[in-house]
Amino acid sequence: MIELNFLSYEFMRNALLAGLAAAVLCGIIGIYVILNRIVFISDGIAHAAFGGIGLGYFLGYDPLAFGIGSAVLTAIGIGLTSSRARVSEDTAIGVFMATGMALGIMLLTLSRGYARDLYGYLFGNILAVTESDVLLILILTLVILVLVFLLYKELLLLSFDPIYGQAIGLPVSGLRLLLLSMVAFSVVVLIKVVGIIMVIALLTIPGAISRQHMKGLPSIMAGSVILGCVFVIIGLFISYDLDVPSGAAIILTAAVAFFLSTLLTR
Amino acid sequence: MMERMPDALEKILSIRDLWICQGEHVVLESINLELFSGDFLGIIGPNGGGKSTLLKAMLGLIKPDRGEISVFGLPPARARSRIGYVPQKTVFDRSFPVKVRDVVLMGRYSRIGLWHRYGPEDRNCALLALKAVGMADRAEREIGALSGGEQQRVFVARSLVSDPDLLLLDEPTAGIDSAQQTEFYELLSHLNRDLGKAIVLVSHDLTAVSTYVSKIACLNQRLYYHSSRELSNEDIEKAYGCPVEMIAHGTPHRVLREHD
Repeated sequence: MIELNFLSYEFMRNALLAGLAAAVLCGIIGIYVILNRIVFISDGIAHAAFGGIGLGYFLGYDPLAFGIGSAVLTAIGIGLTSSRARVSEDTAIGVFMATGMALGIMLLTLSRGYARDLYGYLFGNILAVTESDVLLILILTLVILVLVFLLYKELLLLSFDPIYGQAIGLPVSGLRLLLLSMVAFSVVVLIKVVGIIMVIALLTIPGAISRQHMKGLPSIMAGSVILGCVFVIIGLFISYDLDVPSGAAIILTAAVAFFLSTLLTR
Repeated sequence: MMERMPDALEKILSIRDLWICQGEHVVLESINLELFSGDFLGIIGPNGGGKSTLLKAMLGLIKPDRGEISVFGLPPARARSRIGYVPQKTVFDRSFPVKVRDVVLMGRYSRIGLWHRYGPEDRNCALLALKAVGMADRAEREIGALSGGEQQRVFVARSLVSDPDLLLLDEPTAGIDSAQQTEFYELLSHLNRDLGKAIVLVSHDLTAVSTYVSKIACLNQRLYYHSSRELSNEDIEKAYGCPVEMIAHGTPHRVLREHD
């Protein structure tokens, strides 16, 4: 049986676990990204994370952990810059994004054997996910799920009407930084799966499709998670079967679904 | 001093010599204001005259540079659970996936605070608040499916759901057609008279304000106010910086009742 074949390799099982965790994460965080209109910020965070990944490589430590660190720092940096300084938010994002990429490319080049890994981070290489990566991804997913569960009403108010929220005592800037940090964690997980360039697609497409068909935030989140999982499974299968990069296969699956769904709902 | 009768007026809001500056620019200058239970105060004034700033100061969102504000004898930020707030035209994505009932529930935040989840009591209050504004039958609809006037009623319900004693409304009728505006002001009158909510309404819609409120003030950096619904010609001239003739007769600036 072809499916059993598929799962008899350890790297395939790891890939599937990481992919499904990523799908759950982006199903939920992606909705907040769409509703808070922080798609560009999220993309900026993904690119900036590359700086940390490069640094991790250069110093010989876990690149993923360094990637998380720089993503969170960027998230907080963008959040603070735009609220305090006289720099508009999209300008701040542009600067952070390019700086992170430049730093990452430079540091990776200075490290040995960069070419293959550079490709993997830019375009994703889910088949290279290790067991310790999977563990880290599962822990991150769990932490974010718990936070979203505990702060559901706060995040809803933040997304819907932050001005009113602030007026009735909601800690708006703190929550916004928390949301950006959760985006940062999710983005780093997604980098492993689909690569920096395509992170934003997996973060937004399942949510966008789910919104076309579902009503109410919980149903939209559930739909988005399920769609993400389906895309990951189909994409991985195509990747395995045709021997093409997994990130591209997953994103193309999602994109086809998006175009079909948009055509059908019109 | 005589002891207060039980039904005596409670002082709800007290502002003494309030100054607020933004950089070099003085936004509010020496504002003095007192409000008692049952009051329905309309604050009118030109755009940029500091109306929204004054409301934000009452909510504790802006710190005074000088002077003092107390709401129910407390600093404003600590009185939030007793204040209901309807912000200036709520800008939201019309396809935002949230039901009317859940929008109203958001107003319970000032009572239950961080981490806690909404309970049956909160849901019950949300339904009661929707009933009070005549929107109970819309509870399960998506907020974006409602008309502008209906949405504004829902936002009033959201401000009522924490059972506040003071309502602050910032230009609540902007972008609503005139038939719905009249209904909206009737609703505010009802909340004021029948439910005993003190109301501060900020508006540039002078005609409507002077018809429905019990007290009126005019704000343009300074506040012109005599604890009544009358403003002198002199006050208005000072506040608007143009002759009263224009204000009384020109359509955009009408504040005085028409001559008998």
